[in-house]
Amino acid sequence: MPRSNSLTADHSLAFPGGYTRSVGPVIGRFLTELRDGRLVGVRTAAGGVLFPPVEYDADGEPVTEEFVEVGPDCTVGTYAWVPRPRPDHPLDRPFAWALITPDGADTAMLHVLDLGVFDLGAKPPKTLRAGLRVRPKWRAERTGTIGDIECFRPGVTAINAPVRADYRLSAGQALSRFLGGIAEGRILGHRCGVCGKVYVPMKGMCPVDGVPTTEEVEVPGTGTVTTFAVNNIPDPRAPEVPFVSAYVLLDGADIAMVALVAGIPAGEVRMGMRVRAVWRPREEWGQTMANIRWFEPVDEPDVPFDEIKDYL
Amino acid sequence: MGEACAVIGVGQTHYRSRRNDVSIAGLVREAALRALEDAGLTFKDIDAVVVGKAPDLFEGVMMPEAYLADALGARGKPMMRVHTAGSVGGSTALVAAGLVQGGVHDRVLVVAWEKQSESNATWALSTHPPLTPSLVVGAGGYFAPHIRAYMRRTGCPDHIGTLVAVKDRQNALKNPYAHLRIEGISREMVEATPMLWEPIRYLETCPSSDGAAAMVLASESAARQAPNPPAWVHGAAMRSEPIFFAGRDTVNPQAGKDCAADVYSQAGITDPRRDLDCAEVYVPFSWYEPMWLENLGFCGDGEGWKLTESGATALDGDIPWNASGGVLSSNPIGASGLIRFAEAAQQVRGLAGDHQVDGARRALGHAYGGGAQFYAMWVVGSARP
Ligand SMILES: [Zn+2]
Repeated sequence: MPRSNSLTADHSLAFPGGYTRSVGPVIGRFLTELRDGRLVGVRTAAGGVLFPPVEYDADGEPVTEEFVEVGPDCTVGTYAWVPRPRPDHPLDRPFAWALITPDGADTAMLHVLDLGVFDLGAKPPKTLRAGLRVRPKWRAERTGTIGDIECFRPGVTAINAPVRADYRLSAGQALSRFLGGIAEGRILGHRCGVCGKVYVPMKGMCPVDGVPTTEEVEVPGTGTVTTFAVNNIPDPRAPEVPFVSAYVLLDGADIAMVALVAGIPAGEVRMGMRVRAVWRPREEWGQTMANIRWFEPVDEPDVPFDEIKDYL
Repeated sequence: MGEACAVIGVGQTHYRSRRNDVSIAGLVREAALRALEDAGLTFKDIDAVVVGKAPDLFEGVMMPEAYLADALGARGKPMMRVHTAGSVGGSTALVAAGLVQGGVHDRVLVVAWEKQSESNATWALSTHPPLTPSLVVGAGGYFAPHIRAYMRRTGCPDHIGTLVAVKDRQNALKNPYAHLRIEGISREMVEATPMLWEPIRYLETCPSSDGAAAMVLASESAARQAPNPPAWVHGAAMRSEPIFFAGRDTVNPQAGKDCAADVYSQAGITDPRRDLDCAEVYVPFSWYEPMWLENLGFCGDGEGWKLTESGATALDGDIPWNASGGVLSSNPIGASGLIRFAEAAQQVRGLAGDHQVDGARRALGHAYGGGAQFYAMWVVGSARP
């Protein structure tokens, strides 16, 4: 860096229009094939294939006149990851410089390896490794320069397959009636005419007897935790962890329903604990179970295990 | 039970987190070709193909049986797909066995698979439709309360699940196909892992695997021509029950007890711990070993954890369970049941390799699925029944 008090001036040196350079028959053939979308190497007198072709091999011998199509599948040898490209780099996002050997060639070429879109400064992806199989990405308009290959990129190993089905769900009579009750702050169930068991919410049928059920029963919002899980895996569709999903046997019901238990540290929830429904403010009610925010403990002694053991 | 039926070929892929190198078709074909090679057959020799996998939502491939007909050489042959949630691998084997026992076919190829890496099973099992919201996230979220109920009901100590988690992973080290191969697996290692769905710890759950398994089932005349020893089907049974009904025993479901009673009766088994030499049982969460020991009648109610604790179910115990490492070590869900059935067969064929139970002559293969609603079991033996 010049000292701040030095006199400085910018200067660019460029031959107007660029030099006109003869490439000779060997390099010329290589560039012609590049223009036409092919990779070729050249056979040496010793029988190897040089890629990219040069006119004289490492022993100083002229190469033969035999050109060999190589690639398009290539293998990455060594590489350097560029997390922050410079302005004159070929890509404006992270990429790698790599030594790339086409199948059928004995030597490698340095070129650009594009592994996809990464944030500036990104660490090298796991896919970047020696042995990675790649192919050239050709420019649409080619002129016979090394830049006719925009970059190399890995083969297609997976596709993204969006699958979507749109439904309109109908609640059916039983669930509509149940949610209608919930909209009024009531918890409804059905008593089976055969076994006498009370199902909350009702299904409109008894799964044991296979008969329709119609006798409506209202149960209170109080009940007993029969068993539960403490969920520690975050899920966008679930409450914040840790949350307790519990089987709550409402008083008067014969089958427990799964509900959120809150208002108590997860580690203090117990089998047999008495709980009550906590309703949202009435103005927020709709035909949805969300009207009940959760169940919270009530100040009553726990129910002995013997009294809940048949509901597990 | 009808005509005799035998397993004459078994093929498995290696179970891995990701098999990015193959398509689903390539995966199932890998297992199928290995089973055919074991049976000394080619696709041309097969009369019918039965395939099974867990819900289509797992990979988002609808009607995969249609897509896989070519890969499984099914052109011009009957092909069908079975689906009973997690028990599907077992049910698929039993549907195929039924085609042989019914005298319909001589050689049936049965294949089951899952490629879990293509999506996320927890998402697919918890679709949370509107109107009936659910708090349950994934299989662990469903089974954890029932495990807690088992522990409370039987007084099972906290460390029993850890013992099974260690034992099955030790067995997996002897199985070259197993997915989880944890050198030096120990109680301390399991106990150091977090509670995902208390009371289930991370290492007390099954992995998420890609893989496929296949078998060739044969009639007696076809089995007599097989190059390797057959495993004869001594009993086969399926049962199911609804997920919710008043009075359901979710810890010790009646459908499982009924299914076991049926399969034992067919096989002439009165005391499974004594009469069987080993068992491959669907244990996706370690606590299900003591739970199923009771459900399957290997001991009395409340005694399962004591059997586990005593070491009876270890590879050197008197009734080894999951010598292969089980579902806890490899879980391509749709295939997991079929792997149990196939591993039971390999034991009585004497072809289980390093995890062979010495002198095994009769073995149980078991699978369950859904909310412990679907059961599929078979008993296979080295002798023709
Ligand atoms: Zn009823």
